[in-house]
Order: sequence, then structure tokens, then C-alpha cells
Amino acid sequence: MLFLIIKRILLGLITLFIVSLITFVGTEILPGDACTTYLERQAFGEQLEACYRRLGLNVPAYERYVSWAVNAIQGDFGYSLSGEMPIKEVLGPRIKNSLVLASAAIFIGIPIALILGIVTALWRDKLPDVAISTVTIFAMTIPEFISATLLILIIAIWLEWLPGIVIVPTDVSFFELLPNIILPVIAIAMIMTAHMARMVRSSVIQVMASEYVQMAILKGVPYWKMVFKHVLPNALLPAINVVALTIAWLLGGVVVTEVVFNYPGLGRLVIESISNRDLPTVQALAIILASIYVSINLLADLMTLMLNPRLKTLQIRK
Amino acid sequence: MKLDNIYQEEKKSNFAKVSEIIITMASRPSGFIGLSILIFHVILAFISPYIAPYDFKAINPTLMLQAPSAEYWFGTDDLGRDVFTRTILGGRTALTVTFFGSLIALLWGGLLGIFCGLVGGKTDDIVMRIVDAFLSIPWILAMLLIVSLLGTSTEVLIPALGFFYGKGIVRVARAATHDVIAKDFIVSARARGHSNFSIIWNEIIPNVRDAILVEGAMRWSWMLLGFSSLSFLGFGVSPPTPDWGLMISNARGLMSFAYWSVIAPIVGLSSLIIGINLTADAFAKALGIDRSTKAPV
Repeated sequence: MLFLIIKRILLGLITLFIVSLITFVGTEILPGDACTTYLERQAFGEQLEACYRRLGLNVPAYERYVSWAVNAIQGDFGYSLSGEMPIKEVLGPRIKNSLVLASAAIFIGIPIALILGIVTALWRDKLPDVAISTVTIFAMTIPEFISATLLILIIAIWLEWLPGIVIVPTDVSFFELLPNIILPVIAIAMIMTAHMARMVRSSVIQVMASEYVQMAILKGVPYWKMVFKHVLPNALLPAINVVALTIAWLLGGVVVTEVVFNYPGLGRLVIESISNRDLPTVQALAIILASIYVSINLLADLMTLMLNPRLKTLQIRK
Repeated sequence: MKLDNIYQEEKKSNFAKVSEIIITMASRPSGFIGLSILIFHVILAFISPYIAPYDFKAINPTLMLQAPSAEYWFGTDDLGRDVFTRTILGGRTALTVTFFGSLIALLWGGLLGIFCGLVGGKTDDIVMRIVDAFLSIPWILAMLLIVSLLGTSTEVLIPALGFFYGKGIVRVARAATHDVIAKDFIVSARARGHSNFSIIWNEIIPNVRDAILVEGAMRWSWMLLGFSSLSFLGFGVSPPTPDWGLMISNARGLMSFAYWSVIAPIVGLSSLIIGINLTADAFAKALGIDRSTKAPV
């Protein structure tokens, strides 16, 4: 058990190391560097040299990678180029804002997804299933920017219930943020809920068809007791992993949603820093987003391990 | 002589298999709707340049933001361009780029996955770690980096999207290969002394083809989503080209008084994505592959 956990953590760390290499090489081969962008037309001769020295770009790439990596592990990502302030300070409030958005969407999304998934599975191919499944297919396939745009058009412009775009400074307090985030949260939660509901549905259907459930039915276990005691515990376990992957996958979708709603989170920072060729920030963002992805997956793996008694004995064979 | 007969029979049954799959797909209501939408969009993409009533890039300041009328069916946009013309042309780039992108993704992802599944060992470990690393970088960050590195022409977007959406196929192909590799016919092919290439071509590909094709069809709809998100963010096709993502992002600022210029491309893009999705779903079901438990990776 302990061996398995350590192995998973090590694999995650190796993945992160490769990610850091990829992003470093990726940003390294981008045409134009920080100094040419920063100095614009004056990017020649002495000024350029001085800038290279100041930002430490005059040493070979591998040396810069090592020193960057050592600092990054300590949480220091260097200086952002556009604002000339430590990336740590730029990232802080952005991470907080994105966390607020994501956790609100998760807290709303997971219970709804569970209920919808279970209802559609138990009433499979009946009216509730057909109706809900049709809606989830729409919610799932339509791009984030379309559902977000439609939400703004209908709720903010036609009905005038809520503000359409978020116009708040980056470091605003939670309660001032609240009315502004309702629409973005709905936009994100909608897609996430649809994905998860479908997975819960197929997981429950699979368990319902299994032999031990058939056995329980034959034994005459009351229907709802069987659902809650035999079906759900077994059906929701494999769903954990898939839910984690969905949340991690949404990191990309959150970028688009944040742009649509002008929300000051990590996603908009991605777009801003790439447009500004702010490479240190891009590197930091890549590492942070990849770490979130890796740790969500790790957490899901560990949860499955803890909750599944069968997997505990598996390590003997490995 | 006898070999010839076998060959012909095989070919005939292949054709029969394909038409059978299509009939099975169309026999479900969702599959029928999906196929019809997809076919409609493909036909539209071919004929739209000939039936478009106006020039898609003709700017006319006197016709700015006209509401839909008999003359301009879907109204006009902020530069006085006909929204109907731009909407029916708007899917061509998206369809072409994502179709060829998915083919590239299928090819490299499928072959690399099969190769890794077959050889196993150190090579497999290293390749899978790299694939994992690419999977954990959000696609949007990676795509934006590539696009700002190489530009936004079609020749860049097709291989870039193909590369980025193929890494998930690697995993599927590898898993499918693992499933068949322990079977007796592979062992006997090895015992007969066949080369790795011959085993891949004659034994493995026919057995993992279905799983990979289904995955590729699914990737197509995700790639379309990714492509239009890029256009929407201003990192996709460049402005005079009619493209749904770009049209939505342009019209969004004006939608409080000119909603028609945003609704038309939204309907176009959503219907195409739903069409491809339903088709891919029906395709998977017709081949007997259950995709519903998989997360979008």
C-alpha cells in the first residue's frame, strides 16, 4: 500500500519534471525574447546587452534552467516582464480568484451530477433519462464560449438579472466578488455537471447489470435498500477518477470562460502573458497548472486506493 | 485461383461491413440526427462558395448592423457584411483543419500507441512519461504557445492540432494493443518468425482499428471545439476569413443591440459540434465500444 502511494507520487514528480523541461524548451524557441519585447525599437547595442545582463539572459540556457528550477521549487518564479513585479505577487490573487470560481462550480456541480446520473441510470431509457440525457449532451458538447455568451445574452442583456461581465479589481474581497461570479460559475458548472452525470450514469448501469445485484434482486432485497447498499457504493468508486480527470480537463475551459466574463483569474493571465510574450509568467503558469492536474489525479488515485478494499491487497502481486 | 476468391470475398465483406455499420448508426434516432447534421454541413462546406449571395469581405459602412430582412436574411455585422454569407462560409476552414488534424492525430497517435504496446519495456516507459507530461499541460496553453511560435496559418494549425489531440489516442491504442498482444494468434505469428512490422500490420491493426477509429471520431469534435476556441480568443484564423469562432468573438461586444450577428454563427458551430458528437457516439455504439465511462483527456 505504502509502496503504491510512493510510486504514484514519484511518477507525478517525474511528469512535472518533464513538463518543466517542455515548457522551458518551448518558451526558449519562441522567436524574440523578453528583452526585445520589453525594449521594442531600442532593442540593439548596449541597451540590449544591459537588459540581458539584468534579466540574466546572457548565460547558457541549461544554466538558466537549473537556477530557474531551483528557485521555482522554493516558490520563487522570478519577475514578470510586463509589470516588473515578482510573479509570486501577480499569481497570488489570481490563484485565489480562480479557486473561488472552480470550487463554487465543483460544490454546485458534484451533487447535481450525482443526482442526475443516478436518476438517469435508474430510469434508464424512460422519460427522465431521455430528457436529462439530451440536455446533458447539449451542455457537454457546446463550447464554453458559446454557452457563456448565450448566458450573458439571455440573463444579463435580455433579462437584466445579473452583471454580464466582471468589472472588479484583481484583489477584491470575497463578498464583493459574489454577485459577479454567479454567471461564470453557472457556465463552468454546466459543462462539468453534464460530463460527470454521464459518467455516473454509465457506472451505475454497469453495476446494476452485475451478478451480485442480480443476486440481491433474486434474494428479494427491497429495491431502494439494494440501490443504496449495493449499487451506489460500488458505482461511485470508479467515478472518482473520472471526475478528477474532468475537473483537470476543465482547466483549459476555464481559460475561455474567464476571458468571456473578463474574470481576473489564472485563465485570463494565461492569455495576457502569452500575448505580451511574458515568458517567465508563462513558464510559471504551465508548471502551476500542470501541478494542479497531477495532484488532482494523484488525489483521486489515492482516494480510490483507500476506499477500495480489493486494491489494498493488489500490491502483493506488483 | 483459390487465393483470388478469398481475396474477393474479403473485399466484398469489407464493403458490406461498412454499409452495415452506417445502417446501424442511422437506425438510432440520435445517430440519424447526427449523421444528417454532419452530411448537411459537409455538403454546405462544398457548395457554399457558389450559393453565397454576397461577397464575404465586402465592407459597406451604409449597411452597418442591419436587422434581418428579406434582403439580408441574418442581418449585417458591424462592418456592413452579410451575416448569412459569412455564416454559411464560416464552417469551411474549421471542417477542413479539424478533419485533416484528426487524420494526423489518428495516424501518429495510433501508430505510436501500437508500437509502445508491442515493444513494452524501457521505450514504452519513457514514451508514456512524455505523453503523460504533455497531457498534464492544459491544451490551451500548449496550443497558444505553438500558435504564437509558428503563426496561425492552416499549415501550422493542422499539424499542431493533430499533434496535440493525438497524445490521448496514444493511450487508447496502447491499451487496445495490450488487450490483443497476449492472444494466441500473436504468439503464433511470433513463433512463425514474423517481423514486428508484419505483426503490427497483419495482426494488431485489424484488431485495434475499431477502438482507435472511435477515439479519432471523438477527438474530431474536441478538436473542433479547441480550434474554434482558439479563433474565439484571436489566436486562430486571421480576420477577413469567415470563421464561426471569430465571428462570435467580434459580434459579442455588440450583442446587446445586434444579437443576430452572434446567434447565426452560434447555431452554425453548435450544430456542427453536436452533429459530429452524435455521429461519433453512434459509430462507437455500432462497433460495440462503450465510451461513456471515459473522461475527456
